[in-house]
Amino acid sequence: MSLDKATVASIATLARLRVPDDRLEPMVADLNAILGFVEQLEQVDTASVEPLASVTGHSLPQREDAVTDGGYPDRVTANAPDPAGSFYAVPKVVE
Amino acid sequence: MAESHTAQPYRIQGETGAWEVVIGLEVHAQVVSRSKLFSGASTAFGAEPNSQVSLVDAAMPGMLPVINRECVDQAVRTGLALEAQVNEVSVFDRKNYFYADLPQGYQISQYQQPIVGEGVVHLDLEDGRTRAVGIERLHLEQDAGKSLHDQHPSKSYIDLNRSGVALMEIVSKPDLRSPEETAAYIKKLRSILRYIGTCDGNMQEGSMRCDVNVSVRKPGDGLGTRCEIKNVNSIRFVQQAIEYEARRQIEILESGGSIDQETRLFDANRGETRSMRSKEEAHDYRYFPDPDLLPLVLDPARIAELRAALPELPDARKARFIGEYGLSPYDAATLTEERATADWYEQVVRGGDGKRDPKIAANWVTSELFGALNKAGLDLADSPVSADALGGLMDLLGDGTISGRIAKDVFAEMFESGKDAAAIVEEKGLRQVSDTGAIEAIVDAVLAENQDKVAEYRSGKDKLFGFFVGQTMKRSGGKANPGMVNELLKAKLAG
Amino acid sequence: MAGILDLDLVGARDALRAGDITSSELTAAYLARIEATKDLNAYITVTADRAMAMAEASDARLAKGEGGALEGLPIAVKDLFCTEGVLTTAASHILDGFKPTYESTVTAKLWDAGAVMLGKTNMDEFAMGSSNGSSYYGPAVNPWRAAQDAGTRLVPGGSSGGSAAAVSGRAALAATGTDTGGSIRQPASYTGIVGVKPSYGRCSRWGIVAFASSLDQAGPMARTVGDAAVMLSAMAGHDPRDSTSAPEAMPDLTAGLEQGVKGLRIGIPAEYKVDGMPSEIEAIWAQGIAWLRDAGAEIVDISLPHTRYALATYYILAPAEASSNLARYDGVRYGLRVDGDSLAEMYANTRGAGFGAEVQRRILIGTYVLSAGYYDAYYRKAQRVRTLIRRDFDEAFGQVDAILAPTAPSDAFAVGANEDDPVKMYLNDVFTVPASLAGLPGASVPAGLSARGLPLGLQVLGRMFDEPMVLRVARALEKAAAFTARPAMLEGV
Repeated sequence: MSLDKATVASIATLARLRVPDDRLEPMVADLNAILGFVEQLEQVDTASVEPLASVTGHSLPQREDAVTDGGYPDRVTANAPDPAGSFYAVPKVVE
Repeated sequence: MAESHTAQPYRIQGETGAWEVVIGLEVHAQVVSRSKLFSGASTAFGAEPNSQVSLVDAAMPGMLPVINRECVDQAVRTGLALEAQVNEVSVFDRKNYFYADLPQGYQISQYQQPIVGEGVVHLDLEDGRTRAVGIERLHLEQDAGKSLHDQHPSKSYIDLNRSGVALMEIVSKPDLRSPEETAAYIKKLRSILRYIGTCDGNMQEGSMRCDVNVSVRKPGDGLGTRCEIKNVNSIRFVQQAIEYEARRQIEILESGGSIDQETRLFDANRGETRSMRSKEEAHDYRYFPDPDLLPLVLDPARIAELRAALPELPDARKARFIGEYGLSPYDAATLTEERATADWYEQVVRGGDGKRDPKIAANWVTSELFGALNKAGLDLADSPVSADALGGLMDLLGDGTISGRIAKDVFAEMFESGKDAAAIVEEKGLRQVSDTGAIEAIVDAVLAENQDKVAEYRSGKDKLFGFFVGQTMKRSGGKANPGMVNELLKAKLAG
Repeated sequence: MAGILDLDLVGARDALRAGDITSSELTAAYLARIEATKDLNAYITVTADRAMAMAEASDARLAKGEGGALEGLPIAVKDLFCTEGVLTTAASHILDGFKPTYESTVTAKLWDAGAVMLGKTNMDEFAMGSSNGSSYYGPAVNPWRAAQDAGTRLVPGGSSGGSAAAVSGRAALAATGTDTGGSIRQPASYTGIVGVKPSYGRCSRWGIVAFASSLDQAGPMARTVGDAAVMLSAMAGHDPRDSTSAPEAMPDLTAGLEQGVKGLRIGIPAEYKVDGMPSEIEAIWAQGIAWLRDAGAEIVDISLPHTRYALATYYILAPAEASSNLARYDGVRYGLRVDGDSLAEMYANTRGAGFGAEVQRRILIGTYVLSAGYYDAYYRKAQRVRTLIRRDFDEAFGQVDAILAPTAPSDAFAVGANEDDPVKMYLNDVFTVPASLAGLPGASVPAGLSARGLPLGLQVLGRMFDEPMVLRVARALEKAAAFTARPAMLEGV
């Protein structure tokens, strides 16, 4: 399997990464090298093997239903690059 | 699933003949819980922006989800109420996509191993019969935040108060065949959820939202290509959307086109659906098990406990109302749609030392009470007449203190003033006259005043009997015991 | 004043308790040393004022005979741990200016135990790397230099390179690291210090910037096994805020340290003898085996047949998780924002400018292996192989008490080397990744010097949650190795 430039560009779009044209070519080569490397897994017979769900063997702990958090909008927006009052602001989303 | 269609299946007539509509629903029901699915922030509606947001909900670096046990229980309760398979092991996955109101860049949901599998909802049809609609699955997932687009000319504002609130996505099989049936399904589902208290069913506040899958086919054909109409937020809109969408698809198919499987939006103002295709490239959600969470394992004992604690559900209650109280399926369905209504009704029936007739009680509740509430624009919870008060009125009617006609007037007065029946009867002197002497005097007076009609009656004009009854009742101010009036009149007229 | 820096953590602790030194003296000495070793670029942020304030508070407690297990001990924190009010960057441009309003569980436990924060250490961006070369703040540098080539700067390893350089260069008494595929153990090996990756679940991940959630694990980096044991005891513990945190109680880590290895069965995995392994690595491994045998351990040949696939498995799973974990860096709630005309453009501009090349590579690989049509072939396949890798270890630990292997396939390489070949860089993790995938505890102990005069570590792996055994064997190695070599730069310090 080998990725071409167009495929990498579309993965980049899916991942919301602007990859400038001049960096796309080397990126394609790097990704193909990595994919070439990991393809050795095809050699492993995993027909009757379940995917690993957890290394500890524990199941999901569950907390009680109580309001124990929130109530601090100032902390929520403290690091926001473009806060608007207690809101976050983003470029207008056209529905 | 065996289908018992109503006599006349819903069809849309196209130029090439009749079309069948196939509908499946994905209902997003907000779970009733104090705190969010994976954080301890409050779920209360209508708070100040970002005031009910934890660092987890805001997806701060290094923040981790911890599941709310009550949300799990609510999903299990719902699964049990839908007669569904509750899965002892389920898995939370990440559904990856970027959106302004999705701070993590993924929604925690359940994909391949949901908490609840196949189940069923029984629809109550107009003719009293029922029809089973299959449930495909139910899973737990996080709600997104809210984007406000009208606050700034070039920016959208993001409020994460709803971000992370627990939702149950309840997916039906494509078993629905008409807008009406779909409406009945939503109502029934809502009824069940409200009975067990897992969702408040409030579509206006968005605690129940529907994605509607619609396709059309010629009866007997295989399934057509479907379109998904996103986020429809009222039953009426769901019906409109289905109808519009079905006609749109039929038009395309009849003019030789084909349906693109796509996501569409319902425009309530125009009553039409339109494509959301323009939005962006096709989604590729890249689901994978959330590595911040472990498999959710449910102890069978816990499931059994939740099952045992379930209240009587609408279907069972309806069956009991039919069997125990002798109600018609229609009345039983009406009275059991809401748990509060059924409770109200049973409070009437169970009072009065068992002397209250359940069928008469049903009539009072479904016609007089509902009629009055409707007219006044009130909910049952705000009814000026309590269940005990209505029972009191029925008791006065039952023991002959008042007549049926007077009872309706008394009820109207009760609804108006909030007073109880006995007080009104006393106050206005509406007690029924059952004294033979008193009634006899009135009857005699009526007969004396209408000698000519008495003669006509005796010569064979039986229909005049009603006239004598009416006159007697009128003269008594409606208070004479109608049975005794009848008896006396018969005797005297025969004489 | 210089002598004070010679005290290791346990020594300094005892001196503080005895009143021989004060935390203020000790902390001031380390702050001065940080200043003097700026060329190491070990720190992204130095919190000198806070350190002195914490030290004074510690001194006050110590004077009253109070204080926690780490009272007054100045340590460094990898810049992957969120620290309240202190810049936290994950060495990434995308977290520009980010000051958390919260404190990670692990660092909170350290401060509760009385530790003094010197600052935040350099690292590979988002912990992705084996050289510290991917840091937005420039590479941290290894205090060690090759004997014949003292002019060439060497990498401290990665991703916890700044922590390793700081501890090795005496610019911190000890430091926290995180290990996803070897990020504590490999830099420990390159810099001649001890690094411990606990069992997955031992240290809470709450408040640690996530790289690969199913693998990330915090641990101590210190001068001695004893130091690491003391520090890990303070860091570990169940945390209800982390669903993957282990409820198992951590046994006493110091009590059994000196028990030795007599009668223990130590496994030597055949598959770790990889093709092209440098002879000096093979030699140090053989030396380690001999030390343990001489100390009374029984050496057992074991097989971990699927470890040869561990690296490929890791380089599917870790990027897959990372691609999703890093989706939250979108310019909306914190960090860098690069504007754009639309939301999607703002995202792409921000993320394109904010993430470095290696992080972008991993996001793209991760996105690809999870995408429709490839999930089963890559991600699911890798999780199945991961099951086999874990199974191999479980079987091996039926026969042995611990496993001995090299930590890394080489000594430290030059700054800038391997940067143009991601796969070659990944091969640095070949010996550390298997235990990461299996969730098992491991420790790297300095064992000797390479031909170039650079430190080489040996790695001890143990059963799940059996940190006492790992540290006990590590301590036996440490004793036998008697590693006293110091980087040349420490002469006169």
